[in-house]
Amino acid sequence: MSETGIGKPVRRREDIRFITGNGRYTADINRPGQVYAVFVRSPHAHARIRNIETTAAIAAPGVAGIFTGKDLEADRIGKLICGWMIHSKDGSPMNMGAHPALALDRVRYAGDHVAVVLADSVEQAKDAAELIAVDYEPLPAAVHLTEAQAASQPQIHEEAPNNTVYQWHLGDKAAVDAAFARAAHRTRLEFTNNRLIPNAIEPRAAVAEYDAASGGYTLYTTSQNPHVTRLVLSAFIGIAPENRLRVVAPDVGGGFGSKIFIYAEEVVCTWAARKIGRPVKWVADRSESFVADAHGRDHHTVAQAAMDAEGKILGLRVRTKANLGAYLSTFASSVPTYLYAPLLSGQYDVPAIYCEVDGVYTNTTPVDAYRGAGRPEATFVIERLVEVAAREMGIDPAEFRMRNFIRKFPHQTPVLSNYDVGNYPACMKVALESADHAGFAERKRTSTAKGKLRGLGFSAYIEACGIAPSTAIGALGAGVGLWESAEIRVNATGTVEVLTGTHAHGQGHETTLAQIVSERLGIPIDQVSVIHGDTDKVQMGMGTYGSRSAAVGGSAVVRALDKVVLKATRIAARCMEVPEDSVEFTDGVFSARGTNRTMKFAEVALQAYLAHKFDTAEIEPGLKESAFYDPTNFTFPSGVHIAEVEIDPETGNTRVERWTAVDDFGNLINPMIVEGQVHGGIAQGIGQALLERTVYDDTGQLLTASYMDYCMPRASDLPSFDVAMTNTPCPSNPLGVKGCGEAGAIAAPAALINAITNALGHEDIEMPATPGAVWRAVALRAEKRAAE
Amino acid sequence: MTAVSVTVNGKTVSAEIEPRTLLVQLLRDRLGLTGTHVGCDTSQCGACVVHVNGKAVKSCTMLALSCDGAKVTTIEGIGSPEMLHPMQRAFQDHHGLQCGFCTPGMIMSALDLVTRKGMKLDESTIRKELEGNLCRCTGYHNIVKAIGAGAQAMGAAELQAAE
Repeated sequence: MSETGIGKPVRRREDIRFITGNGRYTADINRPGQVYAVFVRSPHAHARIRNIETTAAIAAPGVAGIFTGKDLEADRIGKLICGWMIHSKDGSPMNMGAHPALALDRVRYAGDHVAVVLADSVEQAKDAAELIAVDYEPLPAAVHLTEAQAASQPQIHEEAPNNTVYQWHLGDKAAVDAAFARAAHRTRLEFTNNRLIPNAIEPRAAVAEYDAASGGYTLYTTSQNPHVTRLVLSAFIGIAPENRLRVVAPDVGGGFGSKIFIYAEEVVCTWAARKIGRPVKWVADRSESFVADAHGRDHHTVAQAAMDAEGKILGLRVRTKANLGAYLSTFASSVPTYLYAPLLSGQYDVPAIYCEVDGVYTNTTPVDAYRGAGRPEATFVIERLVEVAAREMGIDPAEFRMRNFIRKFPHQTPVLSNYDVGNYPACMKVALESADHAGFAERKRTSTAKGKLRGLGFSAYIEACGIAPSTAIGALGAGVGLWESAEIRVNATGTVEVLTGTHAHGQGHETTLAQIVSERLGIPIDQVSVIHGDTDKVQMGMGTYGSRSAAVGGSAVVRALDKVVLKATRIAARCMEVPEDSVEFTDGVFSARGTNRTMKFAEVALQAYLAHKFDTAEIEPGLKESAFYDPTNFTFPSGVHIAEVEIDPETGNTRVERWTAVDDFGNLINPMIVEGQVHGGIAQGIGQALLERTVYDDTGQLLTASYMDYCMPRASDLPSFDVAMTNTPCPSNPLGVKGCGEAGAIAAPAALINAITNALGHEDIEMPATPGAVWRAVALRAEKRAAE
Repeated sequence: MTAVSVTVNGKTVSAEIEPRTLLVQLLRDRLGLTGTHVGCDTSQCGACVVHVNGKAVKSCTMLALSCDGAKVTTIEGIGSPEMLHPMQRAFQDHHGLQCGFCTPGMIMSALDLVTRKGMKLDESTIRKELEGNLCRCTGYHNIVKAIGAGAQAMGAAELQAAE
């Protein structure tokens, strides 16, 4: 057993460069002769562009070029794409408007791209951008989700009547109607799942250059999936063929989904680098990130549950409007559909579910995947419903959940998902103990004595990670396959390079993937390097999102290692002059059964390259293997989070007093890293539930476009987290892992709102439960009591 | 253009700069010290924290000219991969970072906190004092642990040096 193998809390190897200031992020990269790009953005949410006057700007000091949408069109640069085709319930394909990288005659959200200025310094580019006079004819804007489909609202894209992208559904409506007809109790909730702004602390950036000698481009970019970026820039945008386009995503400072997408800025910078014959560098200001990075969530939902007299759920009916913003971002269409409704069954045995979703255009920043992407929204629906249903029926919420938990696996839900494995009651039991549920009543008495309100809330979430197999998601409209690749290069001295198509931007792959190799080959982790994020090195990959890297990317590494071991075994047999089937490989040593002959892994590696002791007509020299791994199913991590809050009724301030997370991620490669992922996810979930509020005014101006206005979670807003695990290995991949990156963000909002409503004694509060909102809810509680 | 002279990580450097140049621009663009990061435009995120004459400042909010003659320390001046500072070591040991982008600012703020409040830091003090530093990855849990342990390790190192 390797000390640096699977299951060990190995200290992260990538940390050394980050803690010493040696990280290399996109904004740290400079190329000789580079110009700086600054984008002119629309100040209007909706306007016609009558004219763009650039004469004064082009003459300004240092300016190397100014381009608009017409220039891109003249060079036949393609529009930005949405890579998942959704069909409406009537069978028609979704109504998608064009998404030019630079606007042509219309702008559709405040922050939309109008022109780019290239200059010798960023200051000169900013100064020149001020001199560009854009003649706008402002148009009325459709800003608010619940109003945008009305006939009276302005039309955003000709292609989408009533600003409706699709009217999609999943499930059996008749079965649900029947369930509701025979129900003993029905629960109904209506709520908004608030719009969030991702805010990775590293702003997006791009550095692009064109090499006239080779005719090739290089783009350094803040991407979670550089190969997909290359594919889209090549096949759809038409910048250059893939073989002449290198995309590098170096150290990336957090993504949370927002760096999956192919944005206007990297298209324009890459194209412009050839146009002006100089490298082009763009780094977003934070205010640009707020308006131009895809936002997350933003659903309005009416959800109903039907129960029998014992609290057994008979059916769910869910009606959601999802705000997709002004254009369809890269994977926007899939988030409120196939990443949402298939999780509505939660951890419960629900016989009938019917979900309808309208995708809606508004004159706001595009909305796409953000940590959890559809799954936090689904968890919020089901976990608020069961909590409220339990309260209404006078059943303990934990007991209500226990009565409804799925207990037999595999379990086919009525909404596509086939859960492979799980042990939900076990998780709940551990969570109740860890949270000292039994002591809650006493803690509540103590709070009450101080004049405070105390509440406890559950969230028993389910997640789907490692979305696959590719044939299945292709049938659902995905424009990509969701396998992953790995290549294992064994050097002659026995050191190993792992090339992965996943991309780390905080997840620690340089450590975890090396742990898999260390374990499997029985070599020290120092002899393993992990290479990712460069399309010139890694042939193809699908990147990192949806908590897929361990389950899919790690499994690809295992498959490639299997091939390495297989070939090394054959070579070892030849070298030891024994039959292949007598050779065993354990802890880094090949041994021939029944003999005292052994060879270390490094010795076999050397022999593979010397090629002196085997017939190269039979076995090729060298030791390098690759694998493309396509999973047979999603993985289904699950868990129970318990939030406990204390509210000061005088100020409306909510303090998170305790947080208990018990998660089942299957096998763990590095428990230290897994816990860190859980912490970060919970913090973002608490941010959504308590702090983060995105506000557009009626004209479509984003009022919360800086850290002065958008409340990011800070250290003093959060407690320490009590994190524990149960481990039910995943049967569908060779590592038995499930994925952990999004769990906290999925679980947390429902747990927190359930705790706050428990403290308040009524259900009438929306996210984020800011002090102002809670203070009003406390007042409402008094009114409700007076009325009773 | 105006001349400025600053001692950065013990080396005195002179440069001709535009008066509007920010300290962080001087460090990153002219001196190549890219360990100091820029994460916002409103002095909120703290990714750019450096020490000027021994005190933590947000280098995105300070003109380089106002540092003329000052001593500036950046993350590159704290320790090296071969000789980590105890606070740096604590961030690795306690998994106090994920993407690493906020980390240099966190470490510089943590060292300033130790200077001001000493080497025995409780959780609530650390959380309160981190009000000027944003992290989106870690939920702060392990950063808080790392700073507490790093401060303690600095105390132990100091004791050892005294003996």
